Amino acid sequence: MDLAFFGVQLLNGLQYGLLLFLIASGLTLIFGIMGIINLAHGAMYMIGAYLVYDLTFRLGNFWLAILVAIPIAIALGLIIERLFLDTLYKRDHLYQVLLTFGLILVLNEMQRIIWGGDVHSVPIPELFSGRIQLTDNLQYSHYRLFVMGVCLALAGVIYWVIRHTRLGIIIRAGAVNRDMVEGLGINVRTLFTLIFSVGVALTAFAGMIAAPLTSIAPGMGDSILITCFVVVVIGGIGSIKGAFWGAILIGMAETFGSVLIPSLASMVIYLIMAAVLLVKPRGLFA
Amino acid sequence: MKTTFKKCALTSLIAAGMAVGSAAYASDNGAVKLGLMLPYTGTYTALGEAITNGLELAIAQHGDQLGGRDVQYIKLDSEANPSRAPQNMSRLVRGDNVDFVIGPVHSGVAMGMLRVAQQTGAITIIPNAGLGAATNELCMPNVFRTSFSMWQDSYPMGKVAYELGHRRVVTITWDYAGGKEDLAGFEEAFTEAGGEIVRQILVPFPNTEFQSYLAQIASDRPDAVYTFFAGGGGVSFVRDYAAAGLKDSIPLLGSGFLTDGNLAAIGEAGEGVMTTLHYAETLDTPQNRAFVEAYQEAYGQMPDTYAVQGYDTGMMLVQAMAAVEGDTSDRERLIEALASVQLDSPRGPLSFSASHHPIQNVYLREIRNGKHEVVGIAHENLEVPDEACRM
Repeated sequence: MDLAFFGVQLLNGLQYGLLLFLIASGLTLIFGIMGIINLAHGAMYMIGAYLVYDLTFRLGNFWLAILVAIPIAIALGLIIERLFLDTLYKRDHLYQVLLTFGLILVLNEMQRIIWGGDVHSVPIPELFSGRIQLTDNLQYSHYRLFVMGVCLALAGVIYWVIRHTRLGIIIRAGAVNRDMVEGLGINVRTLFTLIFSVGVALTAFAGMIAAPLTSIAPGMGDSILITCFVVVVIGGIGSIKGAFWGAILIGMAETFGSVLIPSLASMVIYLIMAAVLLVKPRGLFA
Repeated sequence: MKTTFKKCALTSLIAAGMAVGSAAYASDNGAVKLGLMLPYTGTYTALGEAITNGLELAIAQHGDQLGGRDVQYIKLDSEANPSRAPQNMSRLVRGDNVDFVIGPVHSGVAMGMLRVAQQTGAITIIPNAGLGAATNELCMPNVFRTSFSMWQDSYPMGKVAYELGHRRVVTITWDYAGGKEDLAGFEEAFTEAGGEIVRQILVPFPNTEFQSYLAQIASDRPDAVYTFFAGGGGVSFVRDYAAAGLKDSIPLLGSGFLTDGNLAAIGEAGEGVMTTLHYAETLDTPQNRAFVEAYQEAYGQMPDTYAVQGYDTGMMLVQAMAAVEGDTSDRERLIEALASVQLDSPRGPLSFSASHHPIQNVYLREIRNGKHEVVGIAHENLEVPDEACRM
């Protein structure tokens, strides 16, 4: 493996990892603070991509489409939290798992009813349609670099909020001991609504900016969900820092695993998860 | 899902009512029952509907009759669900007593159906599923296929790739049976011709993150890449391949399913991509022009490969039932009639091999201006060897 090839794969791993982080960050927040295993998280990713596909063609502009799609995603999170999850907080975990599993079916079917079973795509926006030359015969889209930048910036913002704001203190405390936070007079119900909507918005946003890089097809969120759970478990449930490094680790592992040990490609991330859990049963940063 | 099922049930009920009503006048034989076991919900809905449309069009063009008897359609949603296949098929064969079973789309469902076909001897016509075994290891007298096998569509590309001057090729597909059968066909023909497969890449199914593989291909510097992906994977691969700047230096070849039905989503990235398939909607023959026109008039949309497969299934029934004058009681004679069907299909001349698989042309197509233009016939009247078939 020569140096250029190694560098290119490093870039690929980083870009994939950063996108994974964006999806996994919402999942880990919801999981860690609300204690809810949101199985419908992947479906939200898919909804984000379909929204942008639909709105790009309606409005004729990708950026405008994202601007319109974000509030829709937040509203979707609000509705699901207030209407459905809210009634189940007092119940056993199993009910919440059942609910979010049911949501996968409902959202997938809604997607079929609204947008049909065809495969769609969104063109790469004009502004970033250029490419850089990585090696003599391999190019890299400007848009991929842009996505990396956005993911890094969002990671920075999330880190700042968690570390340096009052809300962040509550979130961190909530991840450690929810009852204590409630005991201190924090309105947990409002916190839950906020966390869930932000979590849904983050993954939907990931779907939106990933839309020009992928094909928009039914069930596209289902496979990414498993990978994101691996990220969350490796990083430590509820830890944003864990989600970040977990995502980078998995991004690199999938990228290098697929070219260095192709026969194990589909197992690599699970082997890593098993290894991490053996050494640190609660994940790397929890 | 439930409403669709109800709708289906209702349609078949009405159809049954009408058939019974008219049969009393038309013939003492009763209606011919066609059991359609196709996906009418889920990912493969469009395929199931296209096949049904094609089938109904063919029979409608012949007075809505088969061998002088009226036709009753019994539609059952297979949901493309392999685990329900044996039960669904039994329902059609034992419950509804159908004369012919037509289905499925999905190869996994085909496996389940074949078991019941063997137990009951029900005459089954497969209008899509491309798994090689259906007419090879698992072949039986009462099973026919009007579509393709993975091998049949990819084998001709091996020869074409060599003739285009490519000597070193990387092949890439998903790590599952269909993908591997497809690559096997290409690799067989390509190495026979003298070419070398420098690397075979198997991507975990249904992963569509291709960046690391593209870097691998770039560093391998093959003369060309041959690929099989379908649906979202096909769209992603062709777009990512073009976005990585590889398309100009390393031509992309593929199975027709890479781009069929996906041209709009692939967009400009598909220009120049060459594929082989047993049909192209742009095929310039009188038969195809007439078919496209009739289909558009009936359904208001362009037919695709699946519609042709449905249409040919209908034409096969028309011809065989005419040969036996509508008499389905003599099974041997009926199977004999089906096996000797020869069609002037929209896809070209079509007949059946000893293993009941189509002998057909496979076309070389290139995407130009967002259309599959037929460059030529990649392999004329290609017969699948099906060496393991004993019947």
